[in-house]
Amino acid sequence: MKILTGNDLKTGAVTWWDGQDWSLHVEDAVDVGDKAEEIMGREESARRVNVPYAIDAELDGNGKVRPAHIKDRVRALGPTVRPDLTLKPTEPEALNWVI
Amino acid sequence: MYKYDQYDQAMVDARVEEFRDQTRRRLDGSLAEEHFRPLRLMNGLYLQLHAYMLRVAVPYGTLNSDQMHALADIAEKYDRGYGHFTTRQNIQYNWIKLEDAPDILADLAKVEMHAIQTSGNCIRNISSDHFAGAAADELVDPRPYAEILRQWSSFHPEFSYLPRKFKICVIASDTDRAAMRLHDIGIQIVKNDAGELGAAFYVGGGMGRTPIIAPCINEFVPLDQLVTYSEACLRVYNRYGRRDNKYKARIKILVHELGKEEYTRQVEEEFAHMLEQGVEPPLAELERIKTYFQDPDFKTGLTDRADRSDPDFALWIDRNCHKHKAPGYVSATISLKPVGGIPGDASVEQMHLMANLAKEYSFDECRVTHAQNIVLPHVEIGRLHELWTKLEEAGLGTPNLDRIDDIIACPGLDYCSLANARSIPVAQKISERFAANGKADELGQLKLKISGCINACGHHHAGHIGILGVDRKGVENYQLLLGGSEAEDTSLGKITGPGFSEDGIVDAVEKAADVYLAHREDGERFLDTYRRIGMDPFKEALYG
Amino acid sequence: MAKELGVSPDAVQFRFRDDEMVDHGMVTVDSFVEQSNASAVRIEPGDDARELLPFLDRLALVEVNFPVFGDGRGYSAARILREAGYTGELRAVGEVLVDQIAYMRRCGFDAFAPDSKLNEADVEAAFARFPEVYQKTVDGAAPIWKLRHG
Ligand code: SF4
Repeated sequence: MKILTGNDLKTGAVTWWDGQDWSLHVEDAVDVGDKAEEIMGREESARRVNVPYAIDAELDGNGKVRPAHIKDRVRALGPTVRPDLTLKPTEPEALNWVI
Repeated sequence: MYKYDQYDQAMVDARVEEFRDQTRRRLDGSLAEEHFRPLRLMNGLYLQLHAYMLRVAVPYGTLNSDQMHALADIAEKYDRGYGHFTTRQNIQYNWIKLEDAPDILADLAKVEMHAIQTSGNCIRNISSDHFAGAAADELVDPRPYAEILRQWSSFHPEFSYLPRKFKICVIASDTDRAAMRLHDIGIQIVKNDAGELGAAFYVGGGMGRTPIIAPCINEFVPLDQLVTYSEACLRVYNRYGRRDNKYKARIKILVHELGKEEYTRQVEEEFAHMLEQGVEPPLAELERIKTYFQDPDFKTGLTDRADRSDPDFALWIDRNCHKHKAPGYVSATISLKPVGGIPGDASVEQMHLMANLAKEYSFDECRVTHAQNIVLPHVEIGRLHELWTKLEEAGLGTPNLDRIDDIIACPGLDYCSLANARSIPVAQKISERFAANGKADELGQLKLKISGCINACGHHHAGHIGILGVDRKGVENYQLLLGGSEAEDTSLGKITGPGFSEDGIVDAVEKAADVYLAHREDGERFLDTYRRIGMDPFKEALYG
Repeated sequence: MAKELGVSPDAVQFRFRDDEMVDHGMVTVDSFVEQSNASAVRIEPGDDARELLPFLDRLALVEVNFPVFGDGRGYSAARILREAGYTGELRAVGEVLVDQIAYMRRCGFDAFAPDSKLNEADVEAAFARFPEVYQKTVDGAAPIWKLRHG
């Protein structure tokens, strides 16, 4: 599947296109099919996202969206060396999802 | 250390307002990202993996306690409780909001700091010897010359859109503690036979994709022509540096492609022309700046012996303290490399503590080193134990300077959007491995440097052992390099062969260390043994 | 006839000189050096401005093109011409933006013809932004070291 990601213009936070809006959680990302350029163009000019790009992803064993490249998985969770600063500070096994 | 006068302050304040205005225009949509990007970069603001990242300049690595406190306050107020000291003697914050950035710059300006030109294709923050003004072996304090160049390069109208970034380093001793010859321009302040001071210019060095050791293009530029000569070097580069390929755009490629002689000829020609232009500040300006770098009031009659009865303390003195020019003093290095820690990171509390210690023990001064540690430059030997006790309590007393666990590591894939692989976890595992196997002590000086990609922010080419993270079909992989040095015996490391997995690289480092231990002769460091026996025995152990 | 080289005088949004605008044809550096009577020339980023130095007295307009704002060679070209005593119009054209325009002025440009019109208030603010300058260039501004030491 193709999903969209970018950063919030004001805060810089990593965001994912959930079909309506930009979510902080990769789990919310939706397959955009061949609509990537169209959505990104519209959303970027409305300044709802900064520097968006489309990436490949798949559904993992639990049916959750998992970006194909490790870089985007690091973005989705947070720095692997500071679990306390990730989106899932209480789930150490989340790191295995990244690597 | 240097203090702003009304002019310096007004310039930095104006820059804050300029960026506030640019940010406003970005947020209201009148400035597109494409045009905003180079502007935010010239104010140190990147868009990184998790948020905006702000790089704050620490000119020639020198900070006073108010400044260090202010850096801690920024980490607390606008970031997530820590900062990362970099190999360019700067500090980076990883979780910055664009809307806060102008306020942060304003807070910095209050303590005479800024983020001007800490990124972008312009002249970057100027680095120097972290023992400047303290080292027993220096000719003069190099920082006044760095400051002259800082002012000249700030907001330079001709050189703000260079082919690529441009890094200058100034040192003033034969011992190189700042990787001088791996800069776009490395300057060594020297004395000629007539006893006059001048500047030797090394141009076209650098790390990155094509590491090159800078050749000396002029052995003696008189001090009253320092700015003029720099201007000539930059103009030739701005006009003829390659702009067709980002990877060939650094000045090292220009000097390499033209050849040192031809580049030098062009610089000399431009220099002759520039001398007519009156661009050089008068020597009185250098004298004015020098007054800020006078020696502090060193006491006399101090003891030059510390009580070494506590073996842990004695170890820390032997490893982390450096000879000072004034009797009774040393420069003490605070290691930001605890075993298993994140190299170069410091918490808000640690920054406040280091600021307080700088004030109490080191004439209100501290330094950031390119090895990502903090130096208290002027500490009385008689007060070292007291200082060390306080450091120990805060987890800042690790006695490992220049040893295998004093690892330089760039942020890598945990933070950096350009990364291929993570650097920090590798550093953590190596330091843990060598703490556990007890070999760190035996190995002595062994500089290990890790970069998460070919950009080489972690100086991997210049490590006795270097590690480079690469992407092998979406999986992190690590190449091993041996034989680099960033010191006066500058050399570039060579890749051993095929890369390793994350755990494999830790084993590989241990094997390389074992080869050294098996082959070393009396007094040899890892680097010396490698240079003597060559790559083969290492390859044999790694791949045989 | 081929499309005329150079921007039309109408495209000049900011001009800091009082003389008449040159409104005749403009030539490339190569053809200028070869032929003779032109008084207006256009410099592209790869051109060597020094080739024009023998002819400065008959030049009235030099247009320096910035096809992309990040290519800074035009700043050196401008400064080189002013350092050699050129006093005619020096016009920056192409991707000329608010945030570079003050630096351009410091390098000797005295006319600006941006591809897309700039917000005048923003430009005014940009020119007024920095109270002083650190470097001596060709704009006559006294650098801070001069203010400090007279
Ligand atoms: S070396 Fe590469 S990964 Fe490391 S900080 Fe520099 S650009 Fe990022």
